Amino acid sequence: MQRQLLLGDEAVGLGAVHAGLSGVYGYPGTPSTEIFEFVERYAKKVGNIHAFWSTNEKVAYEEALGMSWAGKRALVCMKHVGLNVAADAFMNSAITGTNGGLVVAVADDPGMHSSQNEQDSRYYAQFALIPCLEPHDQQECYDMMFDAFELSEALSTPVMIRLVTRIAHSRSAVVTVPEPRAQNDLEPNRDIKKWTLLPSNARVQYQHLTEKQPELLRQAEESRYNTLTLVGKKGVIVCGLAANYFYENVADDHDLSVLTLRHYPLPTAKIRTLVEHVDELLVLEDGYPLVESTIRGLFGLQNVTVKGRMTGELPRTGELNPDLVRSALGLAPLDTAREPQESIAGRPPSLCTGCPHTDTFKALNEALDTFDNPQVFSDIGCYTLAALPPLEAIHSCVAMGASIGMAAGAAHAGYSPAVAAIGDSTFSHGGITPLLSAVQQGVNLNVIVVDNSTVGMTGTQRSMSTGQTLDQIVLGTGIDPAHMRIIEPLPKNHDANVQVIREELSYQGPSVIIARRACLEAIKRHKVS
Amino acid sequence: MQENIILAGVGGQGILSIAYVVDNAALDAGLQFKQAEVHGMSQRGGAVQSHLRYSDQPIHSDLIPLGRADMVLSVEPLEVLRYWHYLAPDGWVVTSVTPYVNIPDYPPIDDLLEELATFANLVLVDAGQVARAAGNMRAQNMVVLGAASNQIELTEDQLLKHVETLFLRKGEKVVEVNRRAFSFGRAVGGFYRGLNDRGVGPLEALALCRRLDPASIDPVHAEAWASFAAAEPNKLREILAGDGAIACDQVTALA
Repeated sequence: MQRQLLLGDEAVGLGAVHAGLSGVYGYPGTPSTEIFEFVERYAKKVGNIHAFWSTNEKVAYEEALGMSWAGKRALVCMKHVGLNVAADAFMNSAITGTNGGLVVAVADDPGMHSSQNEQDSRYYAQFALIPCLEPHDQQECYDMMFDAFELSEALSTPVMIRLVTRIAHSRSAVVTVPEPRAQNDLEPNRDIKKWTLLPSNARVQYQHLTEKQPELLRQAEESRYNTLTLVGKKGVIVCGLAANYFYENVADDHDLSVLTLRHYPLPTAKIRTLVEHVDELLVLEDGYPLVESTIRGLFGLQNVTVKGRMTGELPRTGELNPDLVRSALGLAPLDTAREPQESIAGRPPSLCTGCPHTDTFKALNEALDTFDNPQVFSDIGCYTLAALPPLEAIHSCVAMGASIGMAAGAAHAGYSPAVAAIGDSTFSHGGITPLLSAVQQGVNLNVIVVDNSTVGMTGTQRSMSTGQTLDQIVLGTGIDPAHMRIIEPLPKNHDANVQVIREELSYQGPSVIIARRACLEAIKRHKVS
Repeated sequence: MQENIILAGVGGQGILSIAYVVDNAALDAGLQFKQAEVHGMSQRGGAVQSHLRYSDQPIHSDLIPLGRADMVLSVEPLEVLRYWHYLAPDGWVVTSVTPYVNIPDYPPIDDLLEELATFANLVLVDAGQVARAAGNMRAQNMVVLGAASNQIELTEDQLLKHVETLFLRKGEKVVEVNRRAFSFGRAVGGFYRGLNDRGVGPLEALALCRRLDPASIDPVHAEAWASFAAAEPNKLREILAGDGAIACDQVTALA
């Protein structure tokens, strides 16, 4: 019996590989990145698995769907907000259905350790009418990949694996199978009506999807991941990871009636049995109160008090932890529990010493100092840290690529100077289309692309549009070449860079300034220059 | 048996390397373990922490409940205070006293040491000094792990094995530096405890450790130094005020 030490993310990756994976797809995003990276390392050693980062999650999803169309097993992984980007393909892949197994692993971030929101991907699975598995430990991350691919192929639907930060980035020992399953053969599915969602076909396919639902429900009812134990009149539903915090706090001989829930859609019959048995029900779920609100409904239950995040037993927002769950269970705080010391100096993350972004934003700050309280629209990456002191150079961060679209909208409204700051990889992910739009409309805006040659924040993965590729994409939007300027952000170039930015700020039309210098961390790791 | 450790430090100090060594040692020892860590945004010079638990019984929560940590092991002195509320009443604080100052409101180091000195079960180690003596300032994390190794239920061999596997791909020299950092740290930690257990105060014990050549420190001399400190407090003050490294075994000559 081999025990391997794996992050939850890595266990998902290894489970997929052992379940006969042929391709892994994704775009880096905390806390999901290590799923892809694990498979990528494996593929480098063993070969025979496609593993190459995609430009964004939508592209990744579509590539995975193509792999599935060809009959092979595909895994596509992303963080929760990445699924917003992939949503068009995701929703419609439930309508087309799949051929080879297609699993989408989504890592949610309750508590927003590294995210703009804490949206709960289980709603997406429910929305798309597909099954969702929610592992509670690293072993289950591994085991569930086999189930997920089997389910996907049996039902011809994508299957979601929903992780949260505390399982994605927690390590434990995992027992693996002795013999990995072989990959599927190349067997494309040429059922044109299935894949061509013209309204006439789509109606039929959507009907198929709804007709599958009783089978999805039956499987969830019978799933070994959804277990019901009826004891006392107090009941608890423990979803996914919440089980860990629950069992941390209750003694072996507790008299609570417990439903563990790790396989969706909601097993209605099991829930009904529990509800009819108890007179008080606590729902523990890391994320939104999906189960809690569904059970309570609009008007509540007649004979059962339902408790959880919506009634104050647990906080409405943020991630769960053993102490919060303890309190929700009505147990006294541990006698050893203490209050944190409040007066400790904070230590927020910051840009590395010598980071090119620091030089770019220093120059930008100086170039803008003739304007009254200028605002800079920004994006998602290390450079978002320029919002914090001492730079305080950027004033928005909303969604991948949003800096350019928002700057354009502000310019439409008459705001000037409309400045956007975006990284090279974020530009390839979501910045190309808004720039094309702005250039074609002749909008008066200034886009600063901080080209550090890598995806820095998530661990220096390969960027798709850096260097000459970036220049050609920018020129390809139809911009006046005289207003695509390239600067090298270094302290010695500060004055010259301020001058370039000032010139472009005074130009009435779309301009792009590329601030190009490689990320120091990437140089260290990959010896790039 | 269950051991709950909060690992603390600043992004880039190698907290996850400490976790790697302990995780793998626990795995070899046939124990259950869980270790929750922080990646991504929190890495860039910010405060980082990892919850590490191992046991001969199944472990449920990936996070340690408040007041249940057997140890806060920190590569940076200020970071201890951020997590002390996790510490059990009889829990250990093992920390470097080498400050990592990347914030404007970092407290005066002497105030910080005074505050740390109030913890009952304590090991203070100047990881910067010891790592330099071992051959690389970056090995401070292994110094602190070494200093803590006297207090955790894994053997020196079990831990050292994975100090080696961790640094193997970086070459024999890096392995050797980190092995040495661990061993020096272990000796300094044992020596510090030996002094402290025999009545030498936390800050005085730290000061003495700093006056000695880290490579020479051996816990067997703790008793002699403690006796010397008790018998000759003025002479000890003179020694602490002097400069130039002293060999630990010189205590026999002094006595």
